[in-house]
Amino acid sequence: MTDRPVLAVEELTVTLGTRSGSARAVAGVDWSVHPGRTLALVGESGSGKTMSVLAATGLAPRTARVTGRVRLLGEELTALDPRRRRQLRGRHVGFVFQDPMTSLNPVLTVGRQVTEACEEHLGMSRRQARDRAVELLELVGIPSAARRVDDHPHQFSGGMRQRVVIAMALACDPALLIADEPTTALDVTTQAQIVELVAGLQRRLGTAVVWITHDLGVVAGVADTVAVMYGGRIVEQGPVDAVFAAPGHPYTRALLAARPRPGGAGDDLPAIPGAPPSPLELPAGCAFWPRCPVRGDARCEHELPPLTPVGPDHRVRSFYRTGEDR
Amino acid sequence: MSRFVLRRLLQSAVVLLGVTLVVFLLLQLVPGDPVRVALGTRFDPQTYEALRTRAGLDRPLVAQYFSYVGRAVTGDLGVSFRSGQPVTRIVLERLPATLSLALTAVLIAVLVAFPLGVLAAVRSGSALDHAARVFSQFGVSVPDFWMGIMGILLFAGVLGWLPPSGYVPLTEDPAGWLAHVLLPAATVGLVTASILTRFIRSSVLEVLSADYVRTAEAKGLRTRVVVLRHVLRNALIPVITVVAVQLASLLGGVIVVEVLFAWPGIGRLTYDAVQARDYPVLQGAVLLVAALFLLMNLLVDILYARLDPRITAR
Repeated sequence: MTDRPVLAVEELTVTLGTRSGSARAVAGVDWSVHPGRTLALVGESGSGKTMSVLAATGLAPRTARVTGRVRLLGEELTALDPRRRRQLRGRHVGFVFQDPMTSLNPVLTVGRQVTEACEEHLGMSRRQARDRAVELLELVGIPSAARRVDDHPHQFSGGMRQRVVIAMALACDPALLIADEPTTALDVTTQAQIVELVAGLQRRLGTAVVWITHDLGVVAGVADTVAVMYGGRIVEQGPVDAVFAAPGHPYTRALLAARPRPGGAGDDLPAIPGAPPSPLELPAGCAFWPRCPVRGDARCEHELPPLTPVGPDHRVRSFYRTGEDR
Repeated sequence: MSRFVLRRLLQSAVVLLGVTLVVFLLLQLVPGDPVRVALGTRFDPQTYEALRTRAGLDRPLVAQYFSYVGRAVTGDLGVSFRSGQPVTRIVLERLPATLSLALTAVLIAVLVAFPLGVLAAVRSGSALDHAARVFSQFGVSVPDFWMGIMGILLFAGVLGWLPPSGYVPLTEDPAGWLAHVLLPAATVGLVTASILTRFIRSSVLEVLSADYVRTAEAKGLRTRVVVLRHVLRNALIPVITVVAVQLASLLGGVIVVEVLFAWPGIGRLTYDAVQARDYPVLQGAVLLVAALFLLMNLLVDILYARLDPRITAR
């Protein structure tokens, strides 16, 4: 495996024009994911994790202004015309979206949907595409795939539909799989199956995965590296083990503390008081400052802390350091 | 499927029976004596009584109704008070004129509204979108008779391209039929087109924001493929109902336009029958319109089941 990242974004900024002004959904984000590895983007709703991925792949809404650099398999996407970008995306990136109930077209057969991209990007005939669809549905564990390939989405359960979506994402043998909270809309047992399915397929196919989630339990299970986002910025990123063992940012620590623990039944979960900032009016300093339990530095309110290395590949955006004064 | 159709046909028959009852009762409430109107100035008591008896108007209402329905089942809708001709024949004679006008109008409407509505939605906010909005606002707010008069003035008067009014059967002279049908059909069609344009635009816009459209875009499909394969079929399902309702109401005759263009269709017939208190003809016309409406609804249901796999025709 080469060391070249499958997808790398640098200084990615997304500004959305809204009726009440321009909102900076993503404010200068750097991350990358390497072949066969998994990057987890973690954060609350509205932290910019999904928007950064959509913008990187050219799927941001038309009203969005995207700046920064995005390299997919070494090609600078922002320099390409939309047509070429669309082809690269369809050929090399697979998407699994949150809700399998709505992300499949109700009037087309699942087989058609799973491999229509193969007709577009790999020049397959309709017949070859159908055979490939059966193969893929078997791969993701759909029983009697050969018979079900001509069924419509409403004839599948939620978990089975998400398997169909995963098959669809893998249709063109992509280098990168983007999983945008793929288990949120499913029940708990199905969640575990889907997580396991994606992890297993990744091991077999060597696909890189960007896993967008707010579930730290999933992060610990599947990710190699993690980037915690808050208010459109990365507040902490690094290897999963390092971040979980020694979380450097007060927000990361609060998130980890808010996880339910086995044996802790009956206790109230510690919650983070307050609400995330509106992307319409991000504070001048640290976006987390108003909710921060530490506020360990006088500069926090007015000055943006830089992402500072605290260990090998482990960086934290905070003036305050764990262990410094504790 | 055939069982579904059969069941729906039976249901339609029941509805139709209800229609006959309502129409029959409503006509009893209308003031005016049809026999007197038919006799006009030649009134004399003996002829009056004779005519009343012949038409069965001296019998009790219930008896009148049942004998009407009984004969209607065999295709006998009575005779016109005015001309003495069988109503079935009168109504069926007018059907081709209305049918050809309504179908041409809907064809014009669909040809205008589909491209306009879809493009307006796909490029929402563009100049084309605004133009489409102005067009549909115009079409909805301008009365059809005024549009018809302006059409006659321009195309028949100033330019002299088309005849101002009249009807030539399609089977006798296709070119003449086309020349005569264009103005009335365009008048009706543009009103229908403006309603349809709005509806198609909003339906397409709604589907464009659906998650599965984002999925299709994520796959890197061309915009044309996304719109044609993923958006249109979903957006069309609700539009079909509107097209069918529009067509059905046009089949019932566009009274104002038919009168304006001297078009001998069902609308004109209904208008004349009301004027003359020709109840049997009026009843026959209403019954025909109701039957056409039911038929359109049945066709819509069958189409629905074909387009949307979630609906099973059972």
